[in-house]
Amino acid sequence: SHIYSEKSFITSQVFQLLTDLKEQRKESGKNKHSSGQQNLNTITYETLKYISKTPCRHQSPEIVREFLTAMKSHKLTKAEKLQLLNHRPVTAVEIQLIVEESEERLTEEQIEALLHTVTSILPAGPEAEQKKNTDDVTMDEEDPA
Amino acid sequence: MFVLVEMVDTVRIPPWQFERKLNDSIAEELNKKLANKVVYNVGLCICLFDITKLEDAYVFPGDGASHTKVHFRYVVFHPFLDEILIGKIKGCSPEGVHVSLGFFDDILIPPESLQQPAKFDEAEQVWVWEYETEEGAHDLYMDTGEEIRFRVVDESFVDTSPTGPSSAEATSSSEELPKKEAPYTLV
Repeated sequence: SHIYSEKSFITSQVFQLLTDLKEQRKESGKNKHSSGQQNLNTITYETLKYISKTPCRHQSPEIVREFLTAMKSHKLTKAEKLQLLNHRPVTAVEIQLIVEESEERLTEEQIEALLHTVTSILPAGPEAEQKKNTDDVTMDEEDPA
Repeated sequence: MFVLVEMVDTVRIPPWQFERKLNDSIAEELNKKLANKVVYNVGLCICLFDITKLEDAYVFPGDGASHTKVHFRYVVFHPFLDEILIGKIKGCSPEGVHVSLGFFDDILIPPESLQQPAKFDEAEQVWVWEYETEEGAHDLYMDTGEEIRFRVVDESFVDTSPTGPSSAEATSSSEELPKKEAPYTLV
């Protein structure tokens, strides 16, 4: 085969695709060609399992669109925005890991603003949700979605 | 962490599948060929995204199957340089810390990339980060099953296609991602 081009594909879309594929295959019943489908089954199952534990699992296309629009003012690279989606950082340290040379490019206020955009638009990942339920949460005025 | 790769390939559909919808047969054949396989210099193939173009199908003399040239896009796992990922520690060896994502296993953090100072505990077969504070040293163990955050600094594709009768048996090509700098997050 020949390869023409490669472009990045956001994780939440992979999650959606694999979830749809799983539904489709369930509906069509036991595939009599299933001997050749074992690899697809394995990789689909494992990849879904992995993404399910990340914040990407709750990122609908609308949420992603809203996030990317809000990101326009922050002047980050595509790779940095992708990682913000993948990780949904909640601390300044995490932002500094993701944004290259953040000390030069972002002031403390800008980091705070970025954190606010990230945490207000992107839903928390499954583990963060779990943690939130067990921690003492004192400051949330907003109702959980 | 994932990419969409545009590819072209010829798909062979055996006659007993002719009654099925062409696109379904093609999708199945492409997934059979690529899913969960590493394509050299591309990455680990996950699943078909879509078929963008089908050229005419041909039947060749001596082979009753139809051959169709297909343009399609495939979802591939291929993290970019410097990307940060979270995985689980599979185990430790003198070579370093072995990390897995579940669907992809060949990730190695070599000793020089671990938070220093680090030492290998022979008895427990585990890497230890000797974290110094004013109160003294705390040993943080890279235990199997623990979550670990790491940055991709390098990748290597090995072409393991058969080279001839003298070579060892063909195994699927593997992609290794030597890593560095693990901000170690314990959950």
